[in-house]
Amino acid sequence: MAAEPITGAEIIVKALIDQGVDVIFGYPGGAVLPLYDALFKQNKVRHILVRHEQAAVHAAEGYARSTGKVGVVLVTSGPGATNAVTGLTDALMDSIPLVCLTGQVPTHLIGNDAFQEADTTGITRPCTKHNYLVKSVEDLSRKVHEAFYVARSGRPGPVLLDLPKDVQQAKYEYVNHAGQRHRTYNPVQKPDRSQVEKAVELMATAKRPLFYIGGGCVNSGPLACKMLVDFVRLTGFPCTQTLMGLGAFPASDPLSLGMVGMHGMFESNHAMHDCDVMINIGARFDDRVTGRLNAFSPGSKKIHVDIDPSSINKSVRVDIPVVGDVGHVVEEMMRIWKARQIKTDQKALATWWDQINKWRGRNCLKYKPHDTIIKPQFALERLYAAIKDKDFYISTEVGQHQMWAAQFLKFEKPNRWMTSGGLGTMGYGLPAAYGVQVAHPESLVIDVAGEASILMNIQEMATLVQYRLPVKIFIMNNKWMGMVRQWQELLHGGRYSESYSDALPDFVKLAEAFGASGLRAEKPADLDGVIKEMIDIKGPVMVDVCVDEKENCFPMIPSGAPHNEMLLGPDDQSARPVSDEGMVLV
Amino acid sequence: MKDAMIERHTMSVVVDNEAGVLARVIGLFSGRGYNIESLTVAEVDADQHVSRITVVTSGTPMIIEQIKNQLQRLVPVHSVTDLTVEGPSLEREMALVKVASTGEKRVEALRIADIFRARVVDATIESFVFEMTGSTEKLNAFIGLMKPLGLADVSRTGIVAMKRGSEAN
Ligand SMILES: Cc1ncc(C[n+]2csc(CCOP(=O)(O)OP(=O)(O)O)c2C)c(N)n1
Ligand SMILES: [Mg+2]
Repeated sequence: MAAEPITGAEIIVKALIDQGVDVIFGYPGGAVLPLYDALFKQNKVRHILVRHEQAAVHAAEGYARSTGKVGVVLVTSGPGATNAVTGLTDALMDSIPLVCLTGQVPTHLIGNDAFQEADTTGITRPCTKHNYLVKSVEDLSRKVHEAFYVARSGRPGPVLLDLPKDVQQAKYEYVNHAGQRHRTYNPVQKPDRSQVEKAVELMATAKRPLFYIGGGCVNSGPLACKMLVDFVRLTGFPCTQTLMGLGAFPASDPLSLGMVGMHGMFESNHAMHDCDVMINIGARFDDRVTGRLNAFSPGSKKIHVDIDPSSINKSVRVDIPVVGDVGHVVEEMMRIWKARQIKTDQKALATWWDQINKWRGRNCLKYKPHDTIIKPQFALERLYAAIKDKDFYISTEVGQHQMWAAQFLKFEKPNRWMTSGGLGTMGYGLPAAYGVQVAHPESLVIDVAGEASILMNIQEMATLVQYRLPVKIFIMNNKWMGMVRQWQELLHGGRYSESYSDALPDFVKLAEAFGASGLRAEKPADLDGVIKEMIDIKGPVMVDVCVDEKENCFPMIPSGAPHNEMLLGPDDQSARPVSDEGMVLV
Repeated sequence: MKDAMIERHTMSVVVDNEAGVLARVIGLFSGRGYNIESLTVAEVDADQHVSRITVVTSGTPMIIEQIKNQLQRLVPVHSVTDLTVEGPSLEREMALVKVASTGEKRVEALRIADIFRARVVDATIESFVFEMTGSTEKLNAFIGLMKPLGLADVSRTGIVAMKRGSEAN
């Protein structure tokens, strides 16, 4: 290699550029000063200065999930790295591809309890897909490229590179290792054909089939989702989506049954329970979806398509496992289906659809409107009416508002919906939203928030203002940690222990103090005007929507209950006490 | 779920011998609540920096399948072989057994060691250290017999295992 030796920090920046990175989210500190210096001297990679390292990771998640690219984070050693842990865990649970660069004390000080030293690879081993402590500059470019490869291959996830300061400063020549084959990690992409054939044969005989699709479809990419939509339409089977899978199948399609799971649609959960052939594509039988395992879809044969073999037969035994990338698998399914000119059992399917339509007829999202109090559901209906023809992206925080957003906002395309599914991280939504906005500067990006969650990363308002990121924060302010209150009502005799959001700030003034705009809606009649103003304002806006304090989120499958025992509203709730086994579940 | 049987499996895991790889494997077992009955590790190919981990674990068939899949997806893992399923295989363990006694007990310890083909690798007037290789059961039996004869200390390697026949894994 005749290349000129450059510093480790410069090697990293070159590798980022060769990986197509255009933006990173970070926060500086002593152990990453050489890297910040290298960033200063170039203009290909943009740096967004966050206000807390957790937010850097969520922002990178929003960026990654809305673009399909790997999100990149840069933080310092010690507290910088420990602050990133929640975000990394979040990304691991939701299979979001990230590369997180952490500074580390120089190699000769590692293990000495040096200033701002933490055992970062030790701490993050269980919350990353993989991590590296790079001890020598010779390994640096190979490891940076490898980190990107690992993050995006197979089931995506966060990968961390711990970078001692002396390694950032040492000199070596840069070699572009992008595209190199990995020695051990080469996940299967293309499925075993005979498994796909078996799956198609089972589908062809189905009388009560159901597609159950999840976040893996989104990860497989827009093209894979498009093929999936074509395939589902070809079969004419109903299709339900998980929280993470919203948008992978168009909500407005007549075949869509909407979301499944704890706060999913009545028709979806009943269809899950009663189906005879379940086609799980890129979902993981999460406990929020299955409810009580021994009562989960008792009469169905199950097909499970997943790129991660360890997802298969983890909690639910399946009949036909198919390991592979959703895009490849669906393409193969489609080919076989067409080649064999599959004819489904039309009569049985018509009966199945009749049944589904009866369930749909229960209109499970209905709520009691009110003249003077804003119902949270109504607020979201008005929000959706105002944005549905626009190019919009939604993120959420965690709580009742998140579930209502999943129920009342409709997604026609993948990559438009960012929510913390697996970890349920309050404070995710605001940074995730601006991560999206950075990638899509012209689009309308809204964080549907709760008044409690938004305070968990409220400092990020400063980031919005600094970069003029016109994110809209739509706070569904019910003055309660509503989801906690709802569980206390259901499970703990209405003893509302510590779930009241006391001493709330004035969100309008708070927004203004940060240099953003603040708006408030207090009555149903205010809503449309306030929403319009929020959209019209060019910069970041925080909207305090004063919603009903008492409203609970339905439908709901209480913990420990099977799918066909959903609560549809407050009256059901008092009629059915939760079992002892249900009480211990979360 | 039906009451599933708990099975004992021996797995051979070939890994890149890089920093932290053992912590990754152990962390996987502790983090997901899997059992480790025995675990051994050593580099087996110095040029390629490849190590072999032999782990004996137990669980329901579903858990065993999970363990294999979870191990398989760790980035530095080359291969996972379930020797219990892909048998027949060999399992060996080595122990150093210290017996401190005098008189008749000392003579009896030596006699039994001879029957078990244990070697004396250290001796004083009051003690022996025996080296013994064999199956776990054989080691257990030997150590059991030494108890009344002045058993003072035991150090065991844990199980190493390999497929029988010409095929490698
Ligand atoms: C970081 C974190 N801490 C605690 C929780 C537990 N938790 C789940 S929902 C919730 C209340 C959220 O309140 P708010 O943001 O006001 O949303 P609401 O349910 O009222 O819509 C809490 C405390 C969590 N999910 N994340
Ligand atoms: Mg609230």
